[in-house]
Amino acid sequence: MIKVLKAGFYTTIQDKGRFGFANIGVPISGAMDAYAMDLANAILNNNLNCAVLELNFSNCKFQFLETTTICISGADFSPKINDTLVKQNTRIAIHKNDVLTFGKINYGARTYIAVLGGLASEVKLKSRSMFKCITKMKKIEDGTILHFKQKMESPELSYASIKVHKNYFDEGLLNCCKGPEFNLLTALQKEQLFAEKYTISNDMNRMGYRLNESLQNNLSSIITSSALPGTVQLTPSGKLIVLMKDCQVTGGYPRILQLKESALNILAQKTVGCKIQFSL
Amino acid sequence: MPIKITYKLYGEKAILIEWQKEISTKISEDILMFASKIETKKDINIVDVIAAYNSLTIIFKDNILDFEKEIHQLKTIYNSTVKTFKKENFIWEIPVCYDLQFGIDLQEMEKKSGLSISEIVKLHSEKLYRVYFIGFLPGFLYLGGLNKQLFFDRKANPRLKVAKGAIAIGGNQTGVYPTETAGGWNIIGNSPVDFFDISKENPCFAKPGDFINFKAISLLEYQHIKNSIYKKTYTLSKYPVK
Repeated sequence: MIKVLKAGFYTTIQDKGRFGFANIGVPISGAMDAYAMDLANAILNNNLNCAVLELNFSNCKFQFLETTTICISGADFSPKINDTLVKQNTRIAIHKNDVLTFGKINYGARTYIAVLGGLASEVKLKSRSMFKCITKMKKIEDGTILHFKQKMESPELSYASIKVHKNYFDEGLLNCCKGPEFNLLTALQKEQLFAEKYTISNDMNRMGYRLNESLQNNLSSIITSSALPGTVQLTPSGKLIVLMKDCQVTGGYPRILQLKESALNILAQKTVGCKIQFSL
Repeated sequence: MPIKITYKLYGEKAILIEWQKEISTKISEDILMFASKIETKKDINIVDVIAAYNSLTIIFKDNILDFEKEIHQLKTIYNSTVKTFKKENFIWEIPVCYDLQFGIDLQEMEKKSGLSISEIVKLHSEKLYRVYFIGFLPGFLYLGGLNKQLFFDRKANPRLKVAKGAIAIGGNQTGVYPTETAGGWNIIGNSPVDFFDISKENPCFAKPGDFINFKAISLLEYQHIKNSIYKKTYTLSKYPVK
């Protein structure tokens, strides 16, 4: 078990997400940086469907109430066990009453904590990913007790670690496919779209990132159609919105680009003020 | 007009199938028929299907390697005469309290339109609305069939909080907010009914192809229904679509 001493800003349980329920309007959800989650689970030899904790920024504190092994991947928030810095992307032995804290933000925006065997929270519509009206809690609160699927007598150690290229966090170039309405753009709009360096505004969350700069726009809305995580919508004001994992399943704004999954993971590690550029 | 369908690649894992740009029962029924034929094909690796007014989006488990081959397969499914399990469609009678306590925009709408509040309520509750699809929020029904006299522009400044169960009109559409959320539609009433209830095996009672009929109720009836929903003794009235 883990006792959450400080939940921080919008910490949630996430897994691969909720598929097959778009017909009742249920978003996909799931880890924003699926690559980092997969890495943490793989290092523990977990099934990749195991649920993990997703943390935004470093103001979190957890106390482990039993022995386990964990792995931390994604953003680097200087994780410490009992005030000693620990490495990421490797197995970390956890003993009863160990306290995990985070400090200085070195890079990235979201970090993932996987436990051996996975977290054991409620499964709703085939997923543990937290979402309002679907799971009892939409996010982790102070004092929450988290359970594990697997009991361990002693931690499973390994000193090997995986090196993640830091350019994954520095990269601002997002590889895209053409969106369904891309061809409605003029040659000039297309040129501007790929030349501009867009800044992530402070209107950003698990549903979507709104970008600051505008694109000249005279396109009207479309008849409401599907929207997917990674869809770049062009709003009537010319502002762009990149939809993220908790996005609604349908929308009425033209869908001009679709981020590749690798680009969606890169974007998930960016925060307010970061610059991005689209590339086909 | 004959039905015309196009296929587009939508990202690495999805195919967007589009019908001509119009909202009609004929196109919606064709989309739902296609979706139910796809449901019977358990051998293709599809994780989700999103139906809308004039589109159907197929999300595959893995990246699409051969777009032409997938289109060919989808076209074969579309043209197949496979017998699909015909889902029975219902007309759902949804109780709505149009009291000014809930219908917070009714007075403004009365001023703008010249219709009296009782005329607005009558026009809104006398129609049958077809459920085209569910999207935007879990349990939010996209309904068709609003009387032209009730077309009201969305509010210039969206409200940060719209109550759960709010019945609203935005442009040429009407709908029910299944949960408390921000919203820019004109609010004319409230329904005590849960449009999304995760504790039920089927969290959303309505499905595309069903119909909604709003029935005006008093504040007293509203409280009564609210109580019986709380006690789990309430059953929605429904009638089969002939």
